[in-house]
Amino acid sequence: MIWAWEQKRCQEPFPGAFADRLGVLRLRKRFLTPFLAALALLAARPAAAGPSLSHVIAGVQPKIVKIFGAGGLQGLEAYQSGFLISADGYLLTAWSHVLDIDEPTVILNDGRKFTAKLVGADPRLELAVLKIDAQDLSFFDITQPAAAAEGTRVLAFSNLFGVATGEEEASVLHGSISTVTTLDARRGAYETPYQGPIYSLDAITNNPGAAGGALTDLHGRLLGVLGKQLRNARNNTWLNFAIPTAEFATSIDAIRQGKAPVSPDKSKPKKPDNPLTLAHLGIVLVPNVLDRTPPFIDGVRPGSAAAKAGVRPDDLILLVDNQVVQSCAALQKAIEEREADVEVRLTLMRGNELVEVQLKAAESDAQ
Amino acid sequence: MMRQIAQFASSRLLKECGASVIGHMGLVGLMGLMISVGPIAAVAAEPDDAVVKEEAARVAVVAKLTPSVLAIYAKEGQGGGSGVVISPDGYALTNFHVTHEAGTAMKCGMADGRMYDAVIVGVDPTGDLSLIKVLGRDDFPAAELGDSDQVKAGDWCFTAGNPFLLATDFIPSIAYGVVSGVHRYQYPSGTLLEYADCLQVDAAINPGNSGGPLFNAAGQLIGINGRGSFEKRGRVNVGVGYAISVNQIKNFLGSLKSGRIVDHATLGATVSTSDDGRVTVSDILENSDAFRRGLRYDDEIVRFAGREIRSTNAFKNILGIFPKGWRMALTYRRDGRNYDILVRLRGVHHDAELLAAAEEEPDPHGQPLPQPQPEKPAPDKDHPDGKKDDKSPDGKPAEPKLPGGLPIPVQLKNLLTKPALPEAIKKVYEARSGYANYYFNKSNRDRIWKMVVGRGDFSSFTGPWAFAGTLAVGGKFDVKLTDKDASIGLPVGDTRLEITDDLGAVLNPPGSGGLLAALHLWRKLQVGGPGKYGQLIYQGTAPLPGHDGLIDVLVGTTGGVDCQFMLDPNDGTLLALEMYPQTDADPCEVYFGDYRESEGHFLPYRLEVHYGDNLFAVFNVGKYDLKKGDAK
Repeated sequence: MIWAWEQKRCQEPFPGAFADRLGVLRLRKRFLTPFLAALALLAARPAAAGPSLSHVIAGVQPKIVKIFGAGGLQGLEAYQSGFLISADGYLLTAWSHVLDIDEPTVILNDGRKFTAKLVGADPRLELAVLKIDAQDLSFFDITQPAAAAEGTRVLAFSNLFGVATGEEEASVLHGSISTVTTLDARRGAYETPYQGPIYSLDAITNNPGAAGGALTDLHGRLLGVLGKQLRNARNNTWLNFAIPTAEFATSIDAIRQGKAPVSPDKSKPKKPDNPLTLAHLGIVLVPNVLDRTPPFIDGVRPGSAAAKAGVRPDDLILLVDNQVVQSCAALQKAIEEREADVEVRLTLMRGNELVEVQLKAAESDAQ
Repeated sequence: MMRQIAQFASSRLLKECGASVIGHMGLVGLMGLMISVGPIAAVAAEPDDAVVKEEAARVAVVAKLTPSVLAIYAKEGQGGGSGVVISPDGYALTNFHVTHEAGTAMKCGMADGRMYDAVIVGVDPTGDLSLIKVLGRDDFPAAELGDSDQVKAGDWCFTAGNPFLLATDFIPSIAYGVVSGVHRYQYPSGTLLEYADCLQVDAAINPGNSGGPLFNAAGQLIGINGRGSFEKRGRVNVGVGYAISVNQIKNFLGSLKSGRIVDHATLGATVSTSDDGRVTVSDILENSDAFRRGLRYDDEIVRFAGREIRSTNAFKNILGIFPKGWRMALTYRRDGRNYDILVRLRGVHHDAELLAAAEEEPDPHGQPLPQPQPEKPAPDKDHPDGKKDDKSPDGKPAEPKLPGGLPIPVQLKNLLTKPALPEAIKKVYEARSGYANYYFNKSNRDRIWKMVVGRGDFSSFTGPWAFAGTLAVGGKFDVKLTDKDASIGLPVGDTRLEITDDLGAVLNPPGSGGLLAALHLWRKLQVGGPGKYGQLIYQGTAPLPGHDGLIDVLVGTTGGVDCQFMLDPNDGTLLALEMYPQTDADPCEVYFGDYRESEGHFLPYRLEVHYGDNLFAVFNVGKYDLKKGDAK
């Protein structure tokens, strides 16, 4: 029960700060003495009673994957980390430039190599779900999130710096949770669309390639997913953090099950009678010069549905009705799958902000 | 959080750089204290016994390992690093990139607060390893060598050393962490440097830690810290440090003691991983030993040096831990059949290339990332040596800088272009091309020769040597060796070799690869010793087929041929010799056994001769007749 002891040691000095977050501590105010006694009992068990670290690590490693994809230029790594969330090959990773490729390569801990398909992504969390064609895999069950708090000792598993290739195992770092806080408290300092709760870590976990790695406790239970590298623009310090499992479990599990946000692969079979077009909405995209030109908006026709909804040039379209669109072509296809007279919801990236708009083509435009 | 605040405070203060380093440390320490006092006061409960015990165990381990750790300073004060003593007579390990800047002589601070002179012994530029000798005592506290193959990810470990050259009392800084990965391969950075089969740790490795020890939880030395992955956060620890594994070091230790510039090994073939995951030969040199032993293009490498090979990295890892010239077991697979061979490994570099790497001026900013940490801040002004210099001897500005980008303040300029070596160093240093310090080659050769002579002094047996007996396969033989010729009588016929300046020209008897020349050289060594043999150097240690552990190797060059003499490191018994008639050719191998003593002279009564893949013959000697010089 190392966990219990650590929690006690680290939480005691800051009463109140965590009372809202951890139910058990609310008890503490009223039942301070019994609580301490219980902790003392737990702590009385020798620290060595827990499983050895190397044993725990051996249990976690088969769930960790190495991902290789786009990048390799201008300081953008072509690799990142991920972990399996189902026995049949669904895995969670960071949504990043590395996935800007048709079939990213996923290498399992045993060296087996797969090409993966993008199932879906949640741009708010900056997380994506990939699928590989494999069975009977060891995985983290994200539907049963384990809780953690300040002082919890943790292990961070990732392929930072792309150190490991083939069957070589991911790197393991150790540390503890410094604070549980929200990123939006830091708004303006860090450039990130995610603004929910995070575990801030005292180990340097968020290195190049570490995004998408797993944060576990000393028993190997999943606590969260390692975030991207975040630099504080004001003081040039770097934040090491993980997004708690509870924050992404619902959304990611929905993506895994093929529910919204919907996968681009699971396109609706029926062709609309009167398909919607970007022209209907008043959106002009940048010229489609690449295989995967990102769907940036070049212009908005004055008076159009887009203009009314506040869409602006230079916005990047991320989602159409929660469906990931990674290129101009994918966007066009997604739009044209819809009837001209239905309302469509676009999720836009404007600078570092996510903006959602609802558009409905004017009847005159939709003819 | 405390750590972050402390780091932040430290980096800011160091940038401002107004006061001395000690001043900064005081402040940092104070801040840390201020933060931690509150919590301690608020918790009245005693910590758990198990925790107290664990902590006490850690403290005890740190106390045990601390005395062996070195703070290394370059003589002219232009840099420094860390090191660790591994034997009571002062042999110590550090990084090549630390000694490279320091040169021949350096100063080493130890936890006893004293500063010792140290001299370079041997260098391995490829493996980033140097052996130095700390002078002045024969009872130095030495670290115990562990077994890095037993290390697993998740094992607790300690790094020790002198990060940022903070410790003015030479007591090392200790960082505690876990092993993040084992058997890591880090690609060459710069010209030669390659970290193969290294250990990855999250314990802090910062500039100044270079060359310092990595210990396991029991305080045994498991590696030498020297490299980290850095990127956009500056050249400070980001939780990804690498240590040269101690098992690799054990392989190189003998070679380093030879005072040479040591090279790493290659198979003479390149391998690649095929789509189905097999590691196959993608190219092979036809003059390599691997080729002569039968390895060909597209053969699958199954096992090398006892390790299963499942990836190219795995092969590079295992290959990277051996010195040039070692003979290792390789299993390859062709058409569904496995073949076991012994392969002599070639050098990775040309001698000239290696020499250039060892002698060129260090360029701390010339290497791509990831790279080691050549920035070694200069010692502060309290450095007892007192000498300060902001220029290196050739007038280049000294490079050591803190991550903040400002150079460590330097106080004095040393106007001497090349300071004279201290007397203590002069006695143990001898310059020679191809060597880091020829003195150690000579002294090791002489040490070994003394043992050889202890097994029998043949210096007066300058007359003809004759011996005869039976062959294991049946039949009789007789051998006669003189200064002028060598001859052998065998059931298949008699052959003779005239001793000329080109012993490799005639390889008699046929099929032996030059047994007569080999026996001639054996006699020549026994009679003449290092003084009269020709050039005789100490090569270091190497494995020998059929022999446990490593043996000492002397290499002699005379009569146009190289001859390797393999000797028992404990008593100097000659176990084998290999006579190479020319480079890139199979040697004639003679294995000596069944030594018997007669009047203080040990002589082998069993000689086994191999050439290429074949056993030429086993000679069972019946009788020796060795004549003294006056007995014509």
